[in-house]
Amino acid sequence: MINRIFTKKLTHSLVVKLLLSATLITTTTTTIFANEFEFSGKIGIEQRHFVEQGDNPQQLEHKQSSILFEPELYWDWNNGSDSLTFKPFYRLDSQDDERSHSDIRELSYIHASDDWEIRAGIRKEYWGVTEFQHLVDVINQTDGVEDFDGEDKLGQLMLNLSVVNDWGIVDVFLLPGFRERQYVGADGRLRGPVLIDNDNISYQSSAGKQHLDLALRWSHSIGNFDIGSHWFHGTNRAPLLSLSTDGDEPLLKQHYQQMDQFGLDVQATLGDWLWKFESIYRHSDAENYWATQAGFEYSFVGVFDSNADLGILMEHSWDERGEADENSSGSSFQNDLFFGARLAFNDIQSSEILMGLGSDLDHNGFSFIFEASRRIGESFKASLDVRLMQSNEPLDPLYYVKNDDHLQLAIDWYF
Amino acid sequence: MLNTKRMKAFKAGATAVIFALVSHSTFAIDAAEQGLAISKEAKMRDLGWADSSSDMQMVLRNTQGQESIREIKIKSLEQESDGDKSLTIFNQPRDVKGTAFLSFSHPIGADDQWLYLPALKRVKRISSRNKSGPFMGSEFSFEDLSSFEIDKYGYKYLGDEQIHGLDSFMVEQYPVDENSGYTRRIVWLDKTEYRVQKIDFYDRKDSLLKTLTYSDYKQYLDKYWRADTAKMVNHQSGKSTDLVFKNYAFKTGLQDSDFNRNTLKRAR
Repeated sequence: MINRIFTKKLTHSLVVKLLLSATLITTTTTTIFANEFEFSGKIGIEQRHFVEQGDNPQQLEHKQSSILFEPELYWDWNNGSDSLTFKPFYRLDSQDDERSHSDIRELSYIHASDDWEIRAGIRKEYWGVTEFQHLVDVINQTDGVEDFDGEDKLGQLMLNLSVVNDWGIVDVFLLPGFRERQYVGADGRLRGPVLIDNDNISYQSSAGKQHLDLALRWSHSIGNFDIGSHWFHGTNRAPLLSLSTDGDEPLLKQHYQQMDQFGLDVQATLGDWLWKFESIYRHSDAENYWATQAGFEYSFVGVFDSNADLGILMEHSWDERGEADENSSGSSFQNDLFFGARLAFNDIQSSEILMGLGSDLDHNGFSFIFEASRRIGESFKASLDVRLMQSNEPLDPLYYVKNDDHLQLAIDWYF
Repeated sequence: MLNTKRMKAFKAGATAVIFALVSHSTFAIDAAEQGLAISKEAKMRDLGWADSSSDMQMVLRNTQGQESIREIKIKSLEQESDGDKSLTIFNQPRDVKGTAFLSFSHPIGADDQWLYLPALKRVKRISSRNKSGPFMGSEFSFEDLSSFEIDKYGYKYLGDEQIHGLDSFMVEQYPVDENSGYTRRIVWLDKTEYRVQKIDFYDRKDSLLKTLTYSDYKQYLDKYWRADTAKMVNHQSGKSTDLVFKNYAFKTGLQDSDFNRNTLKRAR
């Protein structure tokens, strides 16, 4: 079973296959010169408990267990100027076949010179400053089955040249080999009533997933300000979903459009205040729109007469497309307010509690997260997540997961 | 007559008071100048190391004697007219492996600090106001680990004392930064080499909080003294943290270009 999925996913993409063989050649030739090799990673178990039964009888009832394996192999040579990282990922889920998935999170080579570096292979690239929505972060596809918060990403094949100048860092990206978003299967929770087809996928571009995407980014720190700006040209990572049928069964089909996106992200670090701002303008054949995410984080140092720090966060989302209606899919972050609190105990176990509340200001919809984590001994980490969702607006994606409130306990062993 | 007597008495008294004031303030000025001079000498003797790298092991001990280990690599670049630049890379505990911290310190005002989170591949600019908070859950705060700069303190020479069998100066230092966790620290520097032997830290309520003791000093490049061990004991909590330094290297050719967002992301 594990083998079957692993093989399926790997042979799935020709690019990945080619890259793999290329890397095998590289590794065999370079191990001779490698002066450092590190093997590390994590193995984890995760248990989810859903408070209520799902809307659909096919969905798992309450319990979902899974295991995770994510090793990392690292080589470097030439005093660290050249390095190679390989980080495969595998999760085996007890209930949902689609959530049992593998990925190559990273398989990349870096050559670094004094003021430039080249990065080639499968990588993850993060952009942005805000916490509750990552508007400007567009390079990697979201791993839609790993978790529903959108924080997990699939590895993206890229060639990236990064040049450091006095006036900032310039990054140029060539992005071949588009990754499709994977969605939760029939047995899974945290999905809508109509299944999303992970197989018959269409593209606006005749090149399909072989379309070569381009991105350009400039980032710089000027005094208390950290500024980044980017332009992205290529396949939109978020698909348009349209209703279709498979025999009698209704299905949602994924369609990927081409887009151009211009974005700006700014953080001002002023004493205990962090002011954060992200904005994008996105252009595609179907729509043009602006969206922003803006807010602040304020830190209280040494609260309750202890070593603990308390961070208070507040952010607002705005999207020109507005709420979803019969004619448009709109945006679920069109006018939403978020509050968060982060309590770091600064103890030996790095105990931390994070809470977040998101509220839609246009209709009755909210989501609440609670995350607590703590190291156990030297190499284990336990985390407990609680997520609660509510909405009375049937066009809001939250509406479909309103019965999916759940508790998630994970224990990871780091080696 | 009575008036003259009074005047005389007053004059005598006033003179005594003025004399006392003058001599006291002269002494105060002397102590401040002497304290500053000793600290300047210590700083001067440690200039010109250009860049350095070292591996640091932290052993955290709680009151029951349970230990927890941190492994960190530190790279620093000396700046002529500013605070140093440094890159701190975490190797242990394993769950934070690959996490790295970039700091451009400034003698006056807030430092510029960035944190790299490898799981998210995210570089975060962080607030540097939290100088008094514990570093990695240890008994060292961020300010205890930052580089010593003359402008960070006010000074007072307290006298001489023998410590670790060495004749030493005692200098009291008052942090200028209002975010410091201390009202003062008393530093013992040996008279021959001006190496810090011991520091007593007094908290905001001016009670003794911690004592830091340096030992096993070694000299590098015939000039720069570095202690192999530093032990911090918290008198109020009973906890302690030992620092053990290994693989000290100086003038390794690090440059400004080794301290930016890109190097932070691939630091090992």
